[in-house]
Amino acid sequence: MGLNRSTLLAFLLIAALIAVPFAAPYIGGNYIITQATRVVIFGIVALSLDLLIGRSNLVSFGHAAYFGLGGYVVAIASFHLANDIPLLGWAGSNEALVVWPLAMLVSGLAALVVGALCLRTSGVYFIMITLAFAQMIYFIFVALKFYGGDDGLSMRSRNLFAGERITNATTFYWICLGALALCLLVQWRLIVSRFGRVLSGGAANERRMAAMGYSIYAYRLVAFVIAGMMAGLAGALYANLNRFASPDMMSWLLSGEFMVMVIMGGVASLFGPIIGAAVFLLVETSLSGATEHWQIFFGPFVLLIALYAPRGVWGLVRGGGK
Amino acid sequence: MQLLIEQLLNGLQLSLTLFLLAAGLTLVFGIMGVINLAHGSLYMLGAYAGASVAAKLGNPWMALPSALLASALVGIVMEYLIVRPLYARDHLAQVLATFGLILFFNGFIAWAVGRPPIMMDTPAALSGFIEILPGLPYPTYRLAVMGAGVCVALGLWYIIARTRLGMLIRAGSDKRDMVEALGVNIAVLFTLVFGLGALLAGLAGVMVAPIRSVQVGMGEQVLITTFVVIVVGGIGSIRGAFIGSLLIGMCDTLGRAYAPILLKLWLSGSIADGFGAALASIMIYLVMAIVLIVKPRGLFPVGG
Repeated sequence: MGLNRSTLLAFLLIAALIAVPFAAPYIGGNYIITQATRVVIFGIVALSLDLLIGRSNLVSFGHAAYFGLGGYVVAIASFHLANDIPLLGWAGSNEALVVWPLAMLVSGLAALVVGALCLRTSGVYFIMITLAFAQMIYFIFVALKFYGGDDGLSMRSRNLFAGERITNATTFYWICLGALALCLLVQWRLIVSRFGRVLSGGAANERRMAAMGYSIYAYRLVAFVIAGMMAGLAGALYANLNRFASPDMMSWLLSGEFMVMVIMGGVASLFGPIIGAAVFLLVETSLSGATEHWQIFFGPFVLLIALYAPRGVWGLVRGGGK
Repeated sequence: MQLLIEQLLNGLQLSLTLFLLAAGLTLVFGIMGVINLAHGSLYMLGAYAGASVAAKLGNPWMALPSALLASALVGIVMEYLIVRPLYARDHLAQVLATFGLILFFNGFIAWAVGRPPIMMDTPAALSGFIEILPGLPYPTYRLAVMGAGVCVALGLWYIIARTRLGMLIRAGSDKRDMVEALGVNIAVLFTLVFGLGALLAGLAGVMVAPIRSVQVGMGEQVLITTFVVIVVGGIGSIRGAFIGSLLIGMCDTLGRAYAPILLKLWLSGSIADGFGAALASIMIYLVMAIVLIVKPRGLFPVGG
C-alpha cells in the first residue's frame, strides 16, 4: 500500500514536469516555464545533496559552493570569449557541451580537495567545516574584482547547445529536464549498486563496515565528489537561466536552503528532494510575493518541519516508519 | 612598527570578541550536544537592543544592560521552547531548526528596525584616544572593550574552574548521564548554560556595535568565523576556544594588514592588491585546514 502511494506520487511528479511546457501557454506562459526551470535545477542540487545527507549521513552545509563554482565556470568561459581575453592561452568558450562538463570537472575537483579534508572528521565538525570551506570559496569570488567581485558576472548570451542558440524558454526547460533525468538515472544506479549499499552501510554503522574491510573514507569521498559534480552542472544551468553568476550563488544561506529542500521533500528518497525543491520554491515565491518580510513566516515554517516532519512530504505520503 | 602594534591590538580585540561567542557556543555544544546556528542571531539581537535603547534614551551607557537583558531573555525562552525538544534529535534536525530561527530573527529585525545599517554612539567618556606609546594614539573605546573582554574571560574561567556551577558544567560536558544520576536537575543546568552563552553573545554584539555597523546578517558572518575558532580549538573545550580565538583573531587581522604588503615584494601593485585581498579573506580557513590535517579533532580535543 505504502509503496503504491509513493510510486503514484513519483508518477504524478514526472507527469507534471513533462506537462509544464504544454500547459504553460494557458496558465502564465514563460513565467511558469522559468519557475519550472528553477524547480528542475534546484531539484538536481537537492538530489545531489541527498546523496550525502540521506544516503551517507554526511550533513554538508556548503553545497552552494559547488553550485556557484559551476555557474562561475560557465560565466567566466563566456566572459573570456566575449571580451577576447585569452585565459592562460584558452580563448574561452560558449559551447554548452564544452563548458558544462568543464563546470562539473571544476566543481568535482573542488569537492575532492574540500571533501578529502572534511571527511577526516565527522558529525558536528563535518557540518561546521563544510560550511567554513564554502565560505572561503565565497570570499575568493567576492575578492576577484576581475570577474565582477561582489556584483557578479553577467553573460552576454546563453551557451550554444551543440552549436545551436537556446533562445526559447521551453527548449531550455527541456534541456534542464533532460539533465535532471540523467542525474536521477545516475543516482538510482549508484544507490542500487554495491557502492550505494556500502555508503548506507557506513551511514548506519561505520565500525561494522570497517570491520568488513571497506575503506568507508574512499566511498564517502567519491560520493562527495559526485554530489559536487551534479551541483556544478546545476550551477551551470542556473547561470544560463539567469545569464548571470554571482557570489550569492555560493552563500551559506543558499546552502541552508538546499538542506531545507532535501528535508522538506524527504531524505533518502529518489524523488523526495525534487518535490522538496518544488514545494520550497512554491512557498518562497508565494510568501515573498505576499510580504517583503516573508522570512518572519518562512523561518518558523522551517522550524516546524525540523521538529515535527523530519521525513518530509515523501515520508508523509509513504506513511508509517521506515 | 607602529602599524604592527596597532594591528596586534586590533587582533587582540577581535580575538576577545570571538572568544565571547566561541565560549558560549562550545559550552552549549559540549554539554548539551546541540549545534546552535542561531548563536549569531543572539549576537545581532544584543547589538540591536543596545543600539536602539541607547538611541531612544540618548544614553549610550544604557546599551549594555539592555543588550545583556534582551539576549539572555531571548536565549532562555529559546532554550525552553525550541532547543529543549532538539536535545534528543540528530544534528540535521538541530541545524535545520536553528537555521529557521536565523531566518526568523533576520526577518523580524528587518521588519522592526529596517534593513539599512544603524549606528551606535560610543559613550562620551570613552570616545577619545589614548596615547599608548609616544606618537601612537589608540581609541579609548577599543581599549575598554579589550579590558572588558579580558575581565569576562577571567570571570568565566573562575566560574568554570572554581564554583559549584562550573563543577557541574565540567562534569556535565564529560558524563552527562552520571551528573543526572547523581540527582542534579539537568534541565535547569542546561537552561542556565544556554542563558549564559546567550548573555556572552549579546555582550559581544553590544561591544562591537559602536565599532562596526549594526545590520541584519551581522550575526552569520561572525558565527562562521566562530565555527572556525572552535573547530581549531576543539569542540567543547573552553581552553581550546580561547587559544583558537587568539590564533584566528590575530591571523585574520594581521593577514588583512600584511598580506597585500608582503605580496608586493613579488608581484606588481594592482595584482598584489587583488590577490592580497583574496588571500587575507581566506587566511583563517587555511589555518583551519592546516590544523585539520595535523589534528583532525582540534588543538585541544575533548573526550575520546
